[in-house]
Amino acid sequence: MSSIETLPAAEPTAYYPSPLREFWSAFKRNKGALGGLIFMLMLVVCALFASVLAPYNPTEQFRDFLLTPPAWQEGGTSQFLLGTDELGRDMLSRLVHGARLSLLIGLASVVFSLVPGILLGLLAGFSPTRLGPFIMRLMDIMLALPSLLLAVAIVAILGPGLINTIFAIAIVSLPSYVRLTRAAVMTELNRDYVTASRLAGAGTLRLMFISVLPNCMAPLIVQATLSFSSAILDAAALGFLGLGVQPPTPEWGTMLASARDYIERAWWVVSLPGLAILLSVLAINLLGDGLRDALDPKLKNAA
Amino acid sequence: MLSFIARRVGLLIPTFFGITLLTFALIRMIPGDPVEVMMGERKVDPEMHAQAMERLGLNKPLYMQYLDYIGDLAQGDLGESLRTRTSVWKEFTTLFPATLELAFAALIIAGTLGVLAGVVAALKRGSLFDHGVMGISLVGYSMPIFWWGLILIMFFSVGLGWTPVSGRIDLLYDVQPVTGFMLIDTLLSDEEGAFLDALHHMILPAIVLATIPLAVIARMTRSAMLEVLREDYVRTARAKGLSPNRVVFVHGLRNALIPVLTVFGLQIGTLLAGAVLTETIFSWPGIGKWLIESIGARDYPVVQNGILLVACLVILVNFTVDILYGLANPRIRHQR
Repeated sequence: MSSIETLPAAEPTAYYPSPLREFWSAFKRNKGALGGLIFMLMLVVCALFASVLAPYNPTEQFRDFLLTPPAWQEGGTSQFLLGTDELGRDMLSRLVHGARLSLLIGLASVVFSLVPGILLGLLAGFSPTRLGPFIMRLMDIMLALPSLLLAVAIVAILGPGLINTIFAIAIVSLPSYVRLTRAAVMTELNRDYVTASRLAGAGTLRLMFISVLPNCMAPLIVQATLSFSSAILDAAALGFLGLGVQPPTPEWGTMLASARDYIERAWWVVSLPGLAILLSVLAINLLGDGLRDALDPKLKNAA
Repeated sequence: MLSFIARRVGLLIPTFFGITLLTFALIRMIPGDPVEVMMGERKVDPEMHAQAMERLGLNKPLYMQYLDYIGDLAQGDLGESLRTRTSVWKEFTTLFPATLELAFAALIIAGTLGVLAGVVAALKRGSLFDHGVMGISLVGYSMPIFWWGLILIMFFSVGLGWTPVSGRIDLLYDVQPVTGFMLIDTLLSDEEGAFLDALHHMILPAIVLATIPLAVIARMTRSAMLEVLREDYVRTARAKGLSPNRVVFVHGLRNALIPVLTVFGLQIGTLLAGAVLTETIFSWPGIGKWLIESIGARDYPVVQNGILLVACLVILVNFTVDILYGLANPRIRHQR
């Protein structure tokens, strides 16, 4: 009898875990997503402490060790764990520094497309008759071009380089944020709480940023992770085509472009940078899938 | 249905003009003097400079330049390549079949394997096969295809010597271009072994180009199929005692294919972008390689109108998919 009496006294938080904890318990059940997270953390550490972790300067050329195979293979030396490239530069150092560059490009282009994307999406959602259609038409035009091709076109005009790569990728990923924000805003605007805060006299800006936007964040976070991975892919593709970050900067795609000539005799020069790209993109996609499932269970089976 | 098509066409027109504005703006966004950029390293004397500005119409006000551009486009004049002096339209039409052939091959691979893998994965949900398909398709979806191409070349062309490294066909064969599709042309010609050679050249690029669409289609088919198999009409069909195969393929797959078809259409854009990379790796003489080479050579008329043509192509494909989707699904047709 006494146990029944004590039950109502329990803290309400015991029944309803905090949103963060609820999210975490859903997220950690997904083993793939957890693996992706761990790999990403490793990559972030590599990027932050590249100059400490890398055994050599990524552009330093060891003329006596051109195309040295990795340490475990015949002819390799423990001096260069993953071998050297055609100019005698240490592969491991270049890959570690490449992580910094790829993450930088990914992060910067996500920020530069997320912020304007949210603003345009909010505008389009709040002004469905005037500004909205105009913005959406503009986004449709941008979507008509395959993203890589649009990025190639932009870089072709502005010239290759790190900043222009970021700029091009940010522009290319803008439309999906705008569409996503607008769609989320449109559904939220019909909810009772929006009407309530309108009646309470909330201004448009307050409605936009304080009432509506926080409720639209879940799909945006998922989209941000997914476009992070496609930013890394596109940046590498641009680098590979010779339109991205220029050599001797150790960008993974750029490294592959110069590796093409050694395909017959140095497998490590060709395989390792691509493997780095593949694993990072895979890790981020796994992370994104986990985030989507944990943040929005409704989307679970929607490919 | 007619009003549905009319509405879609209505949406097509502003998009088309938007694209022309974009390609028009592209060439004017080149930093610095366009004539000097186009002339490259050479020094340009002022008189020639003025002539070039005149010839390119760059001395007129911007809106006039745009109207001129639209006028030229309306007459089918897409300018000529600075390098080869042939018209952009002609270059596009000679190179396009190569890209189309490659894209077709890739779509066939991606479509058949993707749908098959997706259906089987959905039927055996939770099995080893299901996990395998999902895992592989996630890897495929994350694949940097330019690297994938290099790896395949390294294994199959360099290592095993099974396939050639580049091009569409061996130089030994003299095949007359009739359709532009190498596989068909080689069959029409009487050159012995030419067809097999063309097939050998095509297999690796097609696999590379098919990788991402294959992954997307497999995932999409699986989830659409899982959704459909839960529907009441599938249970009814089962209860009526229809054979499991009939239920899966006639009742299930047919309905599951509608979202898959849309994805199929959306993949055309991915395919064209992928073609840029694939054609560069395999030296495949299509429009992707053409565009990249033109960018490298600063051949601006080709870059500008080549991009315009590709964009129009994507718009048309999306339009067709939209219409087909409307035909297949009345609910879409009567929206709004």
